Amino acid sequence: MGIGMKQPFEKVVEQHGGTVLRVCRVILGVHDAEDAWSETFLAAMRAYPDLPDDANAEAWLVTIAHRKAIDVLRARKRQPGPVVEIPEAPSALGVPGAGDGDLWRAVGALPDKQRQAVAYRYVAGLAYAEIAEILGGTTDAARRAAADGVKNLRKSYPGATTEGAPS
Amino acid sequence: MNMNFASPADPDTLSRLRHRLGLAAEAEGLLDIAYTTIDSPVGTLLLAATPKGLVRVAYDIEDHDRVLEALSQRLSPRVLRAPKRLDAAARELGEYFSGQRRVFGLSLDLSLSTGFRQLVQRHLPEIGYGQTRTYRQVAELVGNPKAVRAVGTACATNPLPVVVPCHRVLRADGTPGGYVGGPGAKKALLSLEAAA
Repeated sequence: MGIGMKQPFEKVVEQHGGTVLRVCRVILGVHDAEDAWSETFLAAMRAYPDLPDDANAEAWLVTIAHRKAIDVLRARKRQPGPVVEIPEAPSALGVPGAGDGDLWRAVGALPDKQRQAVAYRYVAGLAYAEIAEILGGTTDAARRAAADGVKNLRKSYPGATTEGAPS
Repeated sequence: MNMNFASPADPDTLSRLRHRLGLAAEAEGLLDIAYTTIDSPVGTLLLAATPKGLVRVAYDIEDHDRVLEALSQRLSPRVLRAPKRLDAAARELGEYFSGQRRVFGLSLDLSLSTGFRQLVQRHLPEIGYGQTRTYRQVAELVGNPKAVRAVGTACATNPLPVVVPCHRVLRADGTPGGYVGGPGAKKALLSLEAAA
């Protein structure tokens, strides 16, 4: 592809659809992830003609997904009754068929910022500078949130490792 | 993290979500270019449409990825594989290739061509099914008998082959001449129409 050339949006969906879905699942759980994915790509398609040709499409998409997910998290917190932030049922958080409810409960139990930092770092593979821009705050704060998230996950889920993670 | 949530999302979920995105984009008026591919006796054809109508039919040998990139550049990058808008075109082409259809009734978007080329392409459907004309005759048809070479260029750059029947234009000596789908495809279409 030539320099300064914008590829068809279908290619963007093809290349990043899977990563964005995994990020949405980590942030929101499986059920709400699908709506967040749809809203993310619809908003992205609307804005796509104005995206600079040299922009990092994945960081851009994760930024949009982050905003859509925050709307969902806020709506959950406004919900009255016992069902709040973290659904108890593993089926709401686990990947269907993955059969690892403990890990999903552990991820779901992280504070929002740690869970977001872990997702953007270890699922989307973004740089801490990019994560800082999404979360607001400094690069160091983003690095700390991801490290704290991993530390907390190890406490509640000793099987978690950072092997194969981007360095 | 070596954890399950980093494993690939299941393909069924993604294809369902992508299908849903196509419908939502259409409903929101964001789907500037919808496309699909169909099998045909002359190979896989790419069909692309704007809200105005069918804008591009492309042969395999044109390289569908490059054709989509060109559409993205020239018209809009809001391009999705969304077969629904192409249902009528796919159906009519299927009928054409099975010998059941002689005239297409599709809305066309000729915005990929301008000037004399578009003028020629607008007139090409006047050459009836199973008939042929020479490049010179087409030049006369559009009222510019000296523009034989320009007619050749207009046929070679036809964005809607098969539907806009540039395959019905031949050299003066009766040989097929060039074709965007390759000489084999041109012959195949001409014999399909001769047999029906």
